Amino acid sequence: MTTRTKELIAVAAILVFALIFYIGRVSGWQATEFSTGTSIVVVVLLLASLLWMLALTIRGRLIGRRVVFLYVGVAVAMPLFMKLSQEMPVSLAVLGVYDAVMELQPGSKVLIACDYDPPTAPELQPMAETFIRLCFQRDLKIIIMGIWPQGPQQANLALEKILAEPEIAAKNLEYGIDYVNLGFQAGNEFVIQRMGGSFKSMFRTDYGGIPYDDLPLVRNVRNFSNIDYCFNLSSGFPGTVEWVQIAVDRYGVKLGAGNTAVQAPTVYPYLSAGQLTGLLGGMSGAAEFEIAADARGKGTKYMLSQSVSHIVVIAFVIIGNVAFIMSGRRSALKG
Amino acid sequence: MRREVPLLITAVVGITFVVKYFVPHFPFNRMDAWFADWFSIVQACAIVLGALNLLKLSALKVIGQKSGWGYALVIILSFMLITVIGLAEGSDYRDPGTSFDWLYVNMFIPLSATMFSILAFFVASASYRAFRARNYEATVLLIAAFFVMIGRVPVGDVITGFMPEGYRFSDLAIWIMDYPQTAGQRAIMIGIGLGVVSTSLRVILGIERAHIGTGD
Repeated sequence: MTTRTKELIAVAAILVFALIFYIGRVSGWQATEFSTGTSIVVVVLLLASLLWMLALTIRGRLIGRRVVFLYVGVAVAMPLFMKLSQEMPVSLAVLGVYDAVMELQPGSKVLIACDYDPPTAPELQPMAETFIRLCFQRDLKIIIMGIWPQGPQQANLALEKILAEPEIAAKNLEYGIDYVNLGFQAGNEFVIQRMGGSFKSMFRTDYGGIPYDDLPLVRNVRNFSNIDYCFNLSSGFPGTVEWVQIAVDRYGVKLGAGNTAVQAPTVYPYLSAGQLTGLLGGMSGAAEFEIAADARGKGTKYMLSQSVSHIVVIAFVIIGNVAFIMSGRRSALKG
Repeated sequence: MRREVPLLITAVVGITFVVKYFVPHFPFNRMDAWFADWFSIVQACAIVLGALNLLKLSALKVIGQKSGWGYALVIILSFMLITVIGLAEGSDYRDPGTSFDWLYVNMFIPLSATMFSILAFFVASASYRAFRARNYEATVLLIAAFFVMIGRVPVGDVITGFMPEGYRFSDLAIWIMDYPQTAGQRAIMIGIGLGVVSTSLRVILGIERAHIGTGD
């Protein structure tokens, strides 16, 4: 069988699985879940096979990249079916966001800047959902906007989910009074700068086309001085760095942020300088925030996948270095 | 004139921007708003221009049957599909239950997430093949990466659960992120800042001319 044929079979198998998952989602099938015992057996088998790979490498047989791909795929996918719980400490960076929200008085206005799109939604959407839920639980007023085109649409998905939850639905929240989605505005960091003078100049209407002055929640919101707290969900440029440099430094906005794991290291200097009240970094930040807010969801669930995949990557880095040392430090693995 | 005029515009706009930061009086105090509005208008036009350019390049690729023309055809068909459906559904096209929303939720989101998730495979493969303890610096990087990777997930604390609080993998990962990593980021930011100042000065003074092209 040629490599091309194997690849086509792999693609066909993935398509079949995707189709089954879609049908299951539409039909409301219950998710299959391994018992704790089965989950432990699967993890042990995975670790044992990694040790076997290490032994093969020591004996001089190198592993191809397709094997690495297969292991990463298994490490990410299998834990989604496992029933293992993990304890996580909540870091001070995450507590900073949580405490800032808890300190707000009911009725305070919170601006949520959604500067991300679907590719980074697995990390940022759980943060958005937990943050919105916490705000509603605390009776805070939410104003959503975005300088990324799909940000406000992602926020709407989060709103739709949270508003359907019995606890939140019982509050009978009204659009325009309790929450508003102002939508997307082109202009990158200039939008933030302009909002420092006037929100209305950047958002003449909301996401659905309702004029700014017809929305009771924002009618009297002139600029950042009328906002009690701002939370930025960001996955790149323009994002948290621009919000800090303009909204925080020039207009004194109190800002918390949720970033992708890739971007989080770049905003750590702002956190330690006190320009950010707190930071949710990547999936672990989302999971910690869910734990802090006592609302375990997707972030916490996906952390098991992250745990196993991190172990797999570390194992392959060790295997690669063993191969490197065995070959007299001249190894350049191919394949 | 083709070079002098753009250079003059660059110099005037650049100097104006610097001055307006220090002068809080008219007309400088209004310039933020003016330039922000102009920028928004230019960027909105650029989005349209970018979309049309993408269509043109893809169409040329399909017509010429160049390498990868099949993908270009998918771009054109997807573009037309989402545009036609969006326009046909009027101003409420993004509301839940619309065809546009169905495409967004069931096609755009999973496809985008899939593209991004491929990173995991590349990162793992690249780490396996290239993350080597070749010298002292690379070894330090490797060790730091090990502690951050294991410390950022709960399993790290399961392994070091017997250690007193403050000495577990998660504590070590937080320490690395808070101190060496932040210090490194700050050094990079200061370097970038100084680079931006020097490059901006060169552009304003007309020493750096790459932005107006090299041709006569």
